[in-house]
Amino acid sequence: MGAQIAFWLLAPVMVLGALGMILSRKPVHSALCLAAVMISLAVQYAALNAPFLFAVQIIVYTGAILMLFLFVLMLVGVDAADSLVETIRGQRPLAVLAGVGFGLLLVFAVGNAVTGPDIGLAADNQAYGGNVQGLANLIFTKYVVAFEATSALLITAAVGAMVLAHRERLTKRKTQGDLVGERMRRYAETGQHPGPLPTPGVYARHNAVDTPALLPDGTLSELSVSATLRNRSGQPDRRDLVRPIQRTIAELQGDGELPQVTKPGAALTRRADLVPTEDRHHGDRPGPGAEPDGGTE
Amino acid sequence: MTDHYIVLSAILFAIGTIGFMTRRNAIVAFMCVELMLNASNLALVAFSHKNGALDGQIAAFFVMVVAAAEVVVGLAIIVTIFRTRRSASIDDANLLKF
Repeated sequence: MGAQIAFWLLAPVMVLGALGMILSRKPVHSALCLAAVMISLAVQYAALNAPFLFAVQIIVYTGAILMLFLFVLMLVGVDAADSLVETIRGQRPLAVLAGVGFGLLLVFAVGNAVTGPDIGLAADNQAYGGNVQGLANLIFTKYVVAFEATSALLITAAVGAMVLAHRERLTKRKTQGDLVGERMRRYAETGQHPGPLPTPGVYARHNAVDTPALLPDGTLSELSVSATLRNRSGQPDRRDLVRPIQRTIAELQGDGELPQVTKPGAALTRRADLVPTEDRHHGDRPGPGAEPDGGTE
Repeated sequence: MTDHYIVLSAILFAIGTIGFMTRRNAIVAFMCVELMLNASNLALVAFSHKNGALDGQIAAFFVMVVAAAEVVVGLAIIVTIFRTRRSASIDDANLLKF
């Protein structure tokens, strides 16, 4: 009875999780859906008298394999969305059609081929004093050759992953002196500021890292926010942050309490005036602002 | 009761197949392969329960071991391809295309 309740509770979760995995646009969401499917699967194993596989499913699949997926997602780029371009015309609808047909075939062929009573594993699990002992008896007698071959497979996989992930350094490693030299040369040639990047803005209501800093002339400094955060979709319009400030400044200027600023950027420091003019039009290049890439590597 | 598990595993396997054929991201396609392996594991354990023999569970255990090894090597290959081509899309790795 308990097994049936577990099945009917978890089977919809598993199917929905699997559908969510193939339908979500972001790979991280797919990984989380897959985690839900795998944990539900572990509970199904427990309901099917397989306590050892229940533990192994959680430890190996959910714990190790899925974490490996998440680590690789982190390395390979979370923002890499799926391309919508179909390289073969009509491939997607045909693939879905073939998959649905295949699923129906499996369900009606294999699902109806299962006949006869359900024997259950209670006797087998008790024969050697438990499920783990019964499995151990089989692994170390009947399947011992396959078990030994498994060890060879695992060591090959570990060595193979190491070989594939290893990278020879082809160029000399840059020293800190080289980096400083590069930075100063860039400053001399293009006027890019050699100092660190500006910090994110701190406002009365926001001080998160995705909040851009305000420049002396009232514009937003794009460089104060990481490019990854800047490109992330679904962010609120950051210009809303400075609108109240700009409104207040305008009001104060109207009341004569603040001097009128004749042109944007007039309040810049003298050091920033050294920056070539074409750079200043980018709007975010005041004195302690602009950024060397990889300066602190 | 067992045939319910078999039907569930068939549905999961079919969903994994559809995902593998439609998704372009190499990692998501790989996850779909994992889903198919899990679905077959569920079928093995269900048959083991039905037939009253532990051999199905042993088979599922070996599938898990092979899947672990496969994931390690496969993800290393994906990372290597990403390093050289700056892309995780399976359409971009077409050097072996005939």
